[in-house]
Amino acid sequence: MADHYYNSPDLKRFSEIGKEAPELADAFFAWYGKVFEEGALTAREKALIALAVSHAVQCPYCIEAWTDGCLEKGSDAEEMTEAIHVAAAIRGGASLVHGVQMRNHLEKLGM
Amino acid sequence: MGKVLPTLQKRRASLASGRAQQQVLSRVPLERSFRESLFASGLHPLRATGIGTLQVNVGKKCNQTCHHCHVDAGPDRTEMMPDEVVDAFLDVLGRTDIPVLDITGGAPEIHKRFDEMVIRAREMGRKVIDRCNLTITLLPNYSYLPEFLAEHQVEVVASLPYFKEGQTDAQRGDGVFQQSIEALRRLNAQGYGQPGSGLTLNLVTNPVGAFLPANQEAMEIRWRRELRLRFGIEFNHLFTITNLPISRFLEYLQESGNLEAYMTRLVNAYNPAAAAHVMCRDTLSVGWDGTLYDCDFNQMLELPLEGSAPRTIMDFDQALLEEREIAIGPHCYGCTAGAGSSCGGAVT
Repeated sequence: MADHYYNSPDLKRFSEIGKEAPELADAFFAWYGKVFEEGALTAREKALIALAVSHAVQCPYCIEAWTDGCLEKGSDAEEMTEAIHVAAAIRGGASLVHGVQMRNHLEKLGM
Repeated sequence: MGKVLPTLQKRRASLASGRAQQQVLSRVPLERSFRESLFASGLHPLRATGIGTLQVNVGKKCNQTCHHCHVDAGPDRTEMMPDEVVDAFLDVLGRTDIPVLDITGGAPEIHKRFDEMVIRAREMGRKVIDRCNLTITLLPNYSYLPEFLAEHQVEVVASLPYFKEGQTDAQRGDGVFQQSIEALRRLNAQGYGQPGSGLTLNLVTNPVGAFLPANQEAMEIRWRRELRLRFGIEFNHLFTITNLPISRFLEYLQESGNLEAYMTRLVNAYNPAAAAHVMCRDTLSVGWDGTLYDCDFNQMLELPLEGSAPRTIMDFDQALLEEREIAIGPHCYGCTAGAGSSCGGAVT
């Protein structure tokens, strides 16, 4: 397949999601904007969380957007790298902790 | 300090010419021109509102060669404001009530008459700003500066892109961060940035790359905490300044393949409120040779004043200059993006 499934310029077309369901899209974008405002967490902290989650859900659009977002909120590469290690640790840990399920089943079947 | 990079001029790069830079910028496709954005905001033609600051660029010589420098300043530059131009701008200050003299460069302290400019402007009761690269104050011939600047109550606006070494040295050269911290300590020791001293030390940060600066207020809180904890440094305010696509930053944008995306970023972040408060409306910029410009950026692009405004400081006419139309171009989007950008940081 010549084309990539994810193309960077497509992110600009995100608002097209509102064509068939404008009210839902409007509600989503309003809520999305509100989420990232300064609150109990700073906008910079929220951007770092967003960058980490972007990696956890492996969304190329989000990774690009939140790399920009983190830089423009004043974070540096060191902080951003630590943030994605947090995501990776949770993903890795989530796999590994299921080893308990394995052990439960093993113990049930074993002698 | 580490290795010193040659300037565009030394390398005979085409971008050493302001006109060549204008041509490069004019070829970048934009969704709308700056003129169209001003029209849409009801701000065209953009006019000066007065002259609150006389900003004099006294020369392009500098002991540093920062990667983002819009002046293409460096040790190999020889342009230096001649006596007749220094005399002319001091004369203008003397016969007007322009309240602020903003001295920039290059490293302006290298100018042989820097001390005299400061002393005379202060004697006239004007606020004087020294745009200082910090490291100059560690050189033997300039180590008197912290004490001198304090004695004459000069406001110091000092460049420090980040509170960590890697990012700072990446932008300003190897070893600059550690030297800058030492210079800040010496300024602090004179009272700069200390409560109640009356000595103002403001820091300037430009993004280390092709992105917009962070929120100035939030960054100032963070910088204050970090500089205090890590180095015991105190300062008054942090100014966030957008990198304009001029000179060496323009070269970086071109070579890194970021030029079009960066310009798009600036255009998309156009803020009419910032456009209404751009610093050129209240500033007059004087080049090393006495030529007048709307700002230091137009100066480096060799973009002269519009219309019938006088062209040099020797022909200064306050009435004409105070209502002049500002010369604009695509680079102006750099001052109107987001919270806006000026020599005093964000404008909204």
